[in-house]
Amino acid sequence: MSDFWILLTGALVASCCGVLGVFLVLRKMAMIGDAISHSVMPGIVVAFLLSGSRDSLLMMFAALICGLLTTFLIQMFQQSGIQADASIGVVFTALFAIGVVLVSLYARQVHLDQDAILYGEIAYVHWNIWEVGGINMGPKAVWLLGFTLLVILTVIGLFYKQFKLCAFDPALAAAIGIPVAVFHYLLMGLVSMATVSSFESVGAILVVGLLIIPASTAYLLTDQLGVMIGLSIAVGIASTFLGYGAAVLLDASIAGCMVCAASLLFVAAFLFSPSHGIVIKKLRLRQLAR
Amino acid sequence: MSLTHTVSSRNAKTTAPLAINGLSVAYQKKPVLRNVSFEVKEGELVGVIGPNGAGKSTLMKAALGLIPSLGGEVLVYGKPYKQQRQMIGYVPQRESVDWDFPTNALDVVLMGRYGHLGWFRRPGAKDKAIALECLNKVGMADYAGRQISQLSGGQQQRVFLARALAQDAKLYFMDEPFAGVDAATEKAIITLLQELKKQGKTVIVVHHDLATVQDYFDSVLLLNVELQAYGPTAETFTQEQLQRTYGGRLAFLDRSLQHPSFSGGKGE
Repeated sequence: MSDFWILLTGALVASCCGVLGVFLVLRKMAMIGDAISHSVMPGIVVAFLLSGSRDSLLMMFAALICGLLTTFLIQMFQQSGIQADASIGVVFTALFAIGVVLVSLYARQVHLDQDAILYGEIAYVHWNIWEVGGINMGPKAVWLLGFTLLVILTVIGLFYKQFKLCAFDPALAAAIGIPVAVFHYLLMGLVSMATVSSFESVGAILVVGLLIIPASTAYLLTDQLGVMIGLSIAVGIASTFLGYGAAVLLDASIAGCMVCAASLLFVAAFLFSPSHGIVIKKLRLRQLAR
Repeated sequence: MSLTHTVSSRNAKTTAPLAINGLSVAYQKKPVLRNVSFEVKEGELVGVIGPNGAGKSTLMKAALGLIPSLGGEVLVYGKPYKQQRQMIGYVPQRESVDWDFPTNALDVVLMGRYGHLGWFRRPGAKDKAIALECLNKVGMADYAGRQISQLSGGQQQRVFLARALAQDAKLYFMDEPFAGVDAATEKAIITLLQELKKQGKTVIVVHHDLATVQDYFDSVLLLNVELQAYGPTAETFTQEQLQRTYGGRLAFLDRSLQHPSFSGGKGE
């Protein structure tokens, strides 16, 4: 049974990240996703200290605030003339460091260790059960991730055309009256939510891998946005399954193996994609030369 | 300065496609546009001319509300542009978007319909039909399903124009539609501009090729941070006015007016 819950959790993380990752990659904001996943840390810690529980809505809310704050600060620094990549680096390391200090200060009083935040503990997912009136409802993480996925799919589904146009041509989007800034912050808010729901399972560092790698793989495989989102989810889920299998065989870190699997799938697409793969292109050239 | 005067006195009930009054824009602290006022007549093709950094693109972006202005008023058919967005079509510079985006030509043209769909509606069969018709008008119907990165620069520009047509607007802003396009596309664009004019639409075009100004535009607007001159091409596009607008670079201009092959630099 534990296998089932671990795989389901992984698949949910991959789905949440897969959808959002596509928009991050297309808007050339992969590193902002990275920044947000790190800078939600102080939010998580503060919420944890206040509520004493690890799966409260308060934690989700605190992370959301941190994520939006990160987005806002990065934009503010950029607009006042600091290099884009430098402002990302400044903001997320500063916020992340605050989180690290907070954890080290209060680590003895509360059960929240740095390893769990950084690397996740998906193997223990099925121990943290949600009970309603004595009935076992399954792992809390699954419910949290399921809720997050529902929110993500609803928001992206409702405003698909806005997100698409804001990603492709923000100038036209603004010209026809789409509030581009609102959708920017909405996307970053969703990324914060996905990160905080996922961190317990895969950790704040590796969640970036699941945000960016499957979306980049999908980018190499298709020329249509809708298909790219589907492929991104599929590649993410395949990575979690392959990664879990490898982790069981090797007795290694599950989250680590999942991201390694995602990277291998990326390399495979990079080499053999029918449209972009470099090996396929070489073969085609050779055929033409004959 | 008499220009400013006429605009402000008529302002209260102007129904001109575009009336700009006292528009000023600055990046950081550097002024890019200073107190620009003019009024465009319906059904005209207006060329916006000026040296690099003169604020031509900025003028368009500020008129569309894409960048904040320090002051001034923009009226579209007598009302603030925010209430008239559906009447405005916009063709940004081709380099402003990523042509590797996973989408095809028809899909890009469909984006022109988004402004008519409201918050939640998705483009339907009617919008697709309109989009296909617009692609057809720019001679790109055969490329509807083509991935946009596989189109040539000129074809990409024509897709952008088709998208503006799909916006079904009355007033069009085009930011350097002729930049870096092949002869066939240039001809297609100018045919299209003429057709829009025939339908009574008003088109404002940022333009760089001084040699073609006289052939393409009814009016010209000479800009260099401040409005230098504005009026019918025959009267306004003169040596004297150009000298004022381009300042020290007149030596090049003299030659350009004699040799039609010259074209100015591009980019803002």
